[in-house]
Amino acid sequence: MSSGQLTDNGQLRHFLTIEGLKRPLLTEIMDRAEQFSSISHQQVKKVPLLRGKTIVNLFFENSTRTRTTFELAAKRLSADVINLNISTSATSKGESLLDTLHNLEAMHSDMFVVRHAQSGAAEFIAQHVAPHVSVINAGDGCHAHPTQAMLDMFTIRRHKQHFPNLRVAIVGDILHSRVARSQIQALATLGVGEIRVIAPKTLLPSDCQTLGVHVYHDMEAGLKDVDVIIMLRLQLERMEGALLPSAREYFDCYGLSEEKLALAKPDAIVMHPGPINRGVEIASAVADGPQSVILEQVTHGIAVRMAVMSMTLGSQSEQQEVVA
Amino acid sequence: MTTSFSQADIQVLLNQMAEDIRQQIGDRKPLLVGIHTGGVWVAEQLLEILGSDFFDAPLGTLDIAYYRDDFTRIGMHPQVQPSDLPFNVDDRHLLLIDDVLHSGRTIRAALNEIFDYGRPASVTLGVLIKRNGRELPIQADIIGKSINLTEQQHIKLSNDNGLHLELTTNGGE
Repeated sequence: MSSGQLTDNGQLRHFLTIEGLKRPLLTEIMDRAEQFSSISHQQVKKVPLLRGKTIVNLFFENSTRTRTTFELAAKRLSADVINLNISTSATSKGESLLDTLHNLEAMHSDMFVVRHAQSGAAEFIAQHVAPHVSVINAGDGCHAHPTQAMLDMFTIRRHKQHFPNLRVAIVGDILHSRVARSQIQALATLGVGEIRVIAPKTLLPSDCQTLGVHVYHDMEAGLKDVDVIIMLRLQLERMEGALLPSAREYFDCYGLSEEKLALAKPDAIVMHPGPINRGVEIASAVADGPQSVILEQVTHGIAVRMAVMSMTLGSQSEQQEVVA
Repeated sequence: MTTSFSQADIQVLLNQMAEDIRQQIGDRKPLLVGIHTGGVWVAEQLLEILGSDFFDAPLGTLDIAYYRDDFTRIGMHPQVQPSDLPFNVDDRHLLLIDDVLHSGRTIRAALNEIFDYGRPASVTLGVLIKRNGRELPIQADIIGKSINLTEQQHIKLSNDNGLHLELTTNGGE
């Protein structure tokens, strides 16, 4: 899937999924993010790299953190940003998705940042945009959320450096989580020593074994000696039917309490893509505790998104040069 | 054709630059800023000759990759070092150093970046080599050596256990 996200010479043209991307490219994203992160400490938190570019945040699904950090990333690169909340916009008046797209293209947009409840939506849009437009997937259904995965990898690298020595556990609602899918692909590509998923059977995808992960159904065994714990949000809005008895019972079995955290290595870090459900998948004492890097993840999201935006639009420049 | 300047030749140029710096801005307690990568090497040498007491703060470094005017033509630069100005530039005298002044576009970008950090009282430009080919109204105040080259000729500073300048000519590009 998504072979179309690279240019002929292997540069990022769109950023739709981690799947199929090679380790050097993921490393380049993190290296560039490292370079961009210093800009946030300047007096003027802005560089003119994407001046004159127009970036449209096309959100068919609600988001605060992701949309805000994409918007900040674009603004720190001096691009102009338009936020479109499609659920309250033209499609509700009956306009088709492609018509909306072509209208935005006619306004000379250079990039679409797309979030959509349907898996594959960003790729569909990437297939139909004009050649000069880049598409970044900001989350599509249960499929992928590649910038979230990369900001998580960036956060892990900041704390742990060498991926091959690490044991990483992803805990919670794997089945509905596009974040988990992208994380597993990124962790595997970066050569992480052991990837564990910890979840009840009802929240695991049927193809779990093919992902190259070790599956655990209880926290006590799964968290033993891990370096990184990634908690997932219980996606109540995506649940159909009775997959869980109750939020309370979920916390007892799969919530991260201080006692369960103690099973991991003493220097283990705790991550969560947000928004967190306190007392459902994570205890407040852990979320706010010294091992939590949850707010760092938010900060890193800006630098990683700056990296991906400049790399995709930069590869466009190169292509135009070749054509010219 | 290849011609090169030896380490000793470069040391003469650096000493001359240091002398000119003393004369022009010796009473200003300037802040030293080198442009990555060659300009930082030259600035480090000048710092060694003039001594850290001559300046008011440690060496600052600028990478102007995000301020270039050719992003839409050639995209991202492969290597970017973070800029590091370990001082407040407001109302201070800056000594900006680069290895070669050619089109003037690098200096334009560096000035833009400096002004994103604040409003210096003055900026003095020092370059090891000033060559012809200016495309912008920018000139250096402190110059190691002025040379005239053809469009096919390029001069490049390298640092391999000491600074070397190499003059190369590419055949009919």
